[in-house]
Amino acid sequence: MIDQILNLMPELGKAFWETFQMVGISLLLALLLGVPIGLLLFITDKGLFCENKVFNRAGGILVNIIRSIPFVILLVILLPVTQIIVKTTIGPLAASVSLSVAAIVFYARLVDASLREVDKGVIEAATAMGASVPQIITQVLLVEALPGLIRGFTVTAISLIGYSAMAGIVGGGGVGDLAIRYGYYRYQMDVMVVTVAVLIVLVQIVQSIGDYAAKRADKA
Amino acid sequence: MEFSIIMIKFENVSITFNTKKATVNAVRNVSFEVNKGEIFGIVGTSGAGKSTLLRTVNLLEKPNGGKVNVDGVDITLLDKQSLREARQKIGMIFQHYNLIHTKTVYKNVAFPMRISGKSAKEISKRVPELLEEVGLSDKAHVYPGQLSGGQKQRVGIARALANDSHLLLCDEPTSALDLESTKSILELIRTINKKYGITILLISHEMDVIKSICSRVAVMSEGEVVDLNDVYSIFSNPTHEITKQLVRHSLNVEIPDGILGNTEGKIVKVLYRGSSALNPILSNAIRKYPVDMNILHGRIEYIDNQPMGVLLVNINGENNDVVNIIHYLKENTASAEIIYD
Repeated sequence: MIDQILNLMPELGKAFWETFQMVGISLLLALLLGVPIGLLLFITDKGLFCENKVFNRAGGILVNIIRSIPFVILLVILLPVTQIIVKTTIGPLAASVSLSVAAIVFYARLVDASLREVDKGVIEAATAMGASVPQIITQVLLVEALPGLIRGFTVTAISLIGYSAMAGIVGGGGVGDLAIRYGYYRYQMDVMVVTVAVLIVLVQIVQSIGDYAAKRADKA
Repeated sequence: MEFSIIMIKFENVSITFNTKKATVNAVRNVSFEVNKGEIFGIVGTSGAGKSTLLRTVNLLEKPNGGKVNVDGVDITLLDKQSLREARQKIGMIFQHYNLIHTKTVYKNVAFPMRISGKSAKEISKRVPELLEEVGLSDKAHVYPGQLSGGQKQRVGIARALANDSHLLLCDEPTSALDLESTKSILELIRTINKKYGITILLISHEMDVIKSICSRVAVMSEGEVVDLNDVYSIFSNPTHEITKQLVRHSLNVEIPDGILGNTEGKIVKVLYRGSSALNPILSNAIRKYPVDMNILHGRIEYIDNQPMGVLLVNINGENNDVVNIIHYLKENTASAEIIYD
């Protein structure tokens, strides 16, 4: 059994790198696009400074639609888009396209939710001081919501590690895919156990880092 | 620009809210003026519209009708940029402090200065001064979560003063505080009013708060101002039913039923006001009429440095003398009424 695991090491290393690539790219995009989208959903809501019913409704519905599509199906639906963006539909980079789309809308909702947690009184106080909307967003809203934003980011990262297991369908690879290919299809129980153990450790590490960062940011 | 002693002028201000069920007239046709340098109070039960009215001064609440002049400018007509500049000169403190939890005390106080584009040099000079002023120099690098309520309100006050405001709006500033902190926060508000001549508009549901720092007060009920006078007159001579209720809560002298039942003779409630509070009326009265007099309960308040007192006295003696002495008291005090016969 030890032999088998040792034989697995190069595969595991490669899978690790693939997971890292896929999760890394989509997390980065979730941060770059999910935050602005979540912010827009929040500030266009009723009673807030950029109230816009049409935009808020349309944006909310679009986000919900994408979120309700099972990831495997999203992966397939987005194949033409993937072809345009990365010129191929296989490999970790190709899988990253649909992973990113899922990550962006997922995180956008969590951003929206954590902004809602910000004390309305603090926003009112900043308005009363004569702060502009950009000042309120950058210096009050995002700062006050930071612990929630970090927790949401952690949840997104862990969900992505899970989703990335399905990337095997388009040849994306990754640790989860390894577990499915060796452990499930070839009945190599030990390989499955090892890869799943690796995944558990990975998720634990991500969660711990996230918790630590959120705690550091939380001054309340 | 002509000189004016008026800081805020409400002219026929009305605010209605449309809820799903009905239209609520939160403020109805309110007009009054607040003078520069005074501490003006608005009192009323919750839902009276006082908080909504206060919020029109910096346009956190937009009136549906009427004008709100602040320092000669109709605030409802300003464009976005001018409104922001006007708001920077109007400090505001809140019942729940509304500090930024993720910023230190220092950064909270520096925040309005950063917003108005003050230089780093100005900020680093001014913030320590402000913290000194409110007695929190040692808490500069602490987060609000580690402060007591009273300390948080002090940070709120320092923050409200940061841009040299000429007007301070106080929205129930002591309602979440214990008695001791309430006293010291009111003391601080009074101090900054005296020291900087800053106009203060304060709302509270507690008559005691109004009594201890305001010079004039408007009483609100169901969106209307039902009474407006200097605080002393409001207390000593409440006219409107709502005012009477509020004052009664604050100037409470009652004696237990058990004692009432066991006293002989009459019990008279004597009210003193202004100069009459300082005259030895009671001793003059007993010298004049041969009756026994016993003080059961009493209280003297100093409102705006003028004394005002309530005494419950038990009077015993010949019927004729008792009638005469009560008549004498009536003539020489603000009022004397028999509350137990």
